[in-house]
Amino acid sequence: MADASARSVAREVAHGTPEPAAITVRGLRMNYGTTEVLRGVDLTARRGEVVALLGPNGAGKTTTVEILEGFRTRSAGEVEVLGMDPARGDERWRARIGVVMQSWRDHAAWKVRDLIDHFGRFHAPYSEPGRPRPHDTDELLASLGLAEHAHKRLRTLSGGQRRRVDVALGLVGRPELLFLDEPTAGLDPRARRDFHELLHRLADEDDTTILLTTHDLAEAEKLADRILILAGGRIVADGSADRLSSLVGMHSEVTWSVDGARHVHATDNPARHIAELYRVHGDGITDLKVLGPSLEEVYLDLVRRSESGDAERAAVEFAEEIR
Amino acid sequence: MNPVPKTVPNAVRAGFSRGWIEFKNSFTSPGEVIGGYLAMPLVFIVLTLFVGDDTVDGSGTPVAAMVMTGGVSVLLLMLGTATVAQVIGSEREDGTLLRARVAPAGMVGYAVGKTWHLVTMSAAALALMLAPGLVLIDGFAVQGPTGAFTLVWVTVLSLTALAPIGAVLGATLSNPRTGVGLIMIPVIGLTMVSGIMSPISVMPPWLQTVAQVFPVYWSGMGVRAALLPEAHAAAELAGTWQLPQVAGVLALWAVVGFVAAQWVLRRMTRRTSGSRVQAAREKAMQRAY
Repeated sequence: MADASARSVAREVAHGTPEPAAITVRGLRMNYGTTEVLRGVDLTARRGEVVALLGPNGAGKTTTVEILEGFRTRSAGEVEVLGMDPARGDERWRARIGVVMQSWRDHAAWKVRDLIDHFGRFHAPYSEPGRPRPHDTDELLASLGLAEHAHKRLRTLSGGQRRRVDVALGLVGRPELLFLDEPTAGLDPRARRDFHELLHRLADEDDTTILLTTHDLAEAEKLADRILILAGGRIVADGSADRLSSLVGMHSEVTWSVDGARHVHATDNPARHIAELYRVHGDGITDLKVLGPSLEEVYLDLVRRSESGDAERAAVEFAEEIR
Repeated sequence: MNPVPKTVPNAVRAGFSRGWIEFKNSFTSPGEVIGGYLAMPLVFIVLTLFVGDDTVDGSGTPVAAMVMTGGVSVLLLMLGTATVAQVIGSEREDGTLLRARVAPAGMVGYAVGKTWHLVTMSAAALALMLAPGLVLIDGFAVQGPTGAFTLVWVTVLSLTALAPIGAVLGATLSNPRTGVGLIMIPVIGLTMVSGIMSPISVMPPWLQTVAQVFPVYWSGMGVRAALLPEAHAAAELAGTWQLPQVAGVLALWAVVGFVAAQWVLRRMTRRTSGSRVQAAREKAMQRAY
C-alpha cells in the first residue's frame, strides 16, 4: 500500500514542486441546530493517495464526505476540493469527481450496460487529452468483472455485483477524485475481499485519489495509505496504519517479578526501563512482560464508548492515548 | 474556466435516451404492464357492459360511450397526478435522483428523461385505452381530423397541467407509498363532481362552480369534444364545447404549476444526499417489518 504515496513522492521529485493537494480542509464545522457534528476538522489528501476516514457510527464521516462532494452546506471552515470550493462547484468540477453511492433499489429495471453507458454520456463533453471521458463501457465492465452480467437487470444482481455496478458508475467519468462511503457495508466476506482487490487495482492503475469512509479498522488498514480517525467531531489521529500502531504502543506496561514480588510500571519507553531493570537486578528478573494495547484495542474501545453515548470524552482520551 | 460547450444539448440527448429506455423497461415487469397499461382499459370496458344500451338524457349519446370517454379522462388524470407523484416520490428516496445529481448536468438529463418517459408511456396507455373502445363501443369515435387534433392538444395540455401537481405532491409526501393512496381520495372526489363519468348538470350549482376551478373538468370537456358526437355538446353546461376556455384554463394551470413545481423540485434536489437516501431506506425497511 506504500505504492501510491511512493508514487506521489516520486512525482514531486520529478516536477521539483509538490503538487497541489486534491483535498484541503481547515477548521471545518457543521452544526445541525444546536448539535455540533463537526468541531474543526482538518484534513488533506494528496493526489493519488488513498485515504480512509475511519470512525464510529455517527462520528460525522458521512457529513464530512457530503460536504466535500458539494451536497451539504458547511457551517464554517475552509474546504478546497480539486482547487474549488465544493459549495460553488460547477459542472466541470463535478465531471472530475466520482461518487460511489450505496445503491438500494434504484434503476432496478435497467440493464447493467444500459445504465453505465447512460451515465457515461454525461461526461463526454469533459473529455481531456490524456484523460478521455467517459470510460469505454465494455472495457469498464470487463475490468470490474461485470462483462457476463452486462445484459442482466439490476434487480437480478447479488449484493456484491450491485456494488460493482455502483463502483462502475462512480468511475465511468474517469474521475480524478473518487469518494466511497462505506464501500463494503452489507457485503459478505468473499465479496468484501474481491472488492478490496478491486480498489487496490484502481488506485494503482489510474492514479485516482480515493477518499473512503469506513467504521472497520481492518478495512482501513488494508486499503488506505493513510488513516484519519474521526471521533467527537474532530480528527483524533492521522497517519499510516503502521505509524498509528507505533503511536499506540508507546503507552506500555512492563510487569516483572523479583524475588517472588510482582511489579508493574507504566512507561513510554519500555526498552529503556527493561535495560535499567537488568542493570539493577541482572538474572533475578522473572516473568518479564511488556503489554502494549494494540491499535485495534484502542480503536474498539473508542467505538464502544462512542456508541454508549460517551463519544466526546472517548475521543479526547483516544487522542491522548495515541499521541 | 470557460463554459464547456454542448453540455446541455448533450444532457438533453442523454435524457431522451433515458426516457426511451425507461419506457421499454416498463414492459419487462408484469406488474407494471398490468397496472400501468391494461387494468384501466379493462375496468372501463367491463363498466360499459353494465350500463347496456342506455342513452344520456337530452343528447342521445350512448351511456357506454360516455363511460369510455370518462375512462380516457381518468387515465390522463391518473398519469398526470398519481403516476408522476409515485415516480418522483420513490426516485427521491431510492437514490435515482441522487445519481442524476452526481453526473455533470445530470438533472437536465433527468428532467428530460422523466418528461419523455411520461410522453411515451401516456401515448401507449392512451392507445390501449382507445383501441378497444373504438372497436367495441357505439358512439365512441374520434370525431374526424378535427377530433384527432383536439384529442392530441387536449392530451398534451392536460398532462402539462396535471404533471406539475403530481410532481409537487411526489416531492412533498413523506411516504410515497401510502401518500399516493392518500392523494387518490381528493382526485377521485374531484373526478366525480367534474362531469367525467356523468353529466355535470346533475351536480348542485355550487359544486359545478367549484369543479370549474380545477383542470379536471376542462380536460374532461376537451376529451368529450374529441370523442363524442357533436350532439353531446347539448349536455354540457354551456350547451356547446368551450374549447378556447379548455385551452385557457389548462394553460393557466400548466404555467402556475410549472413555476411551483420547479421551485419545489429544486428544493427537493438540493436536499437530497446519500445520508437522506440511507435514512429513507432504513425507514422503508422498518415499514416492511
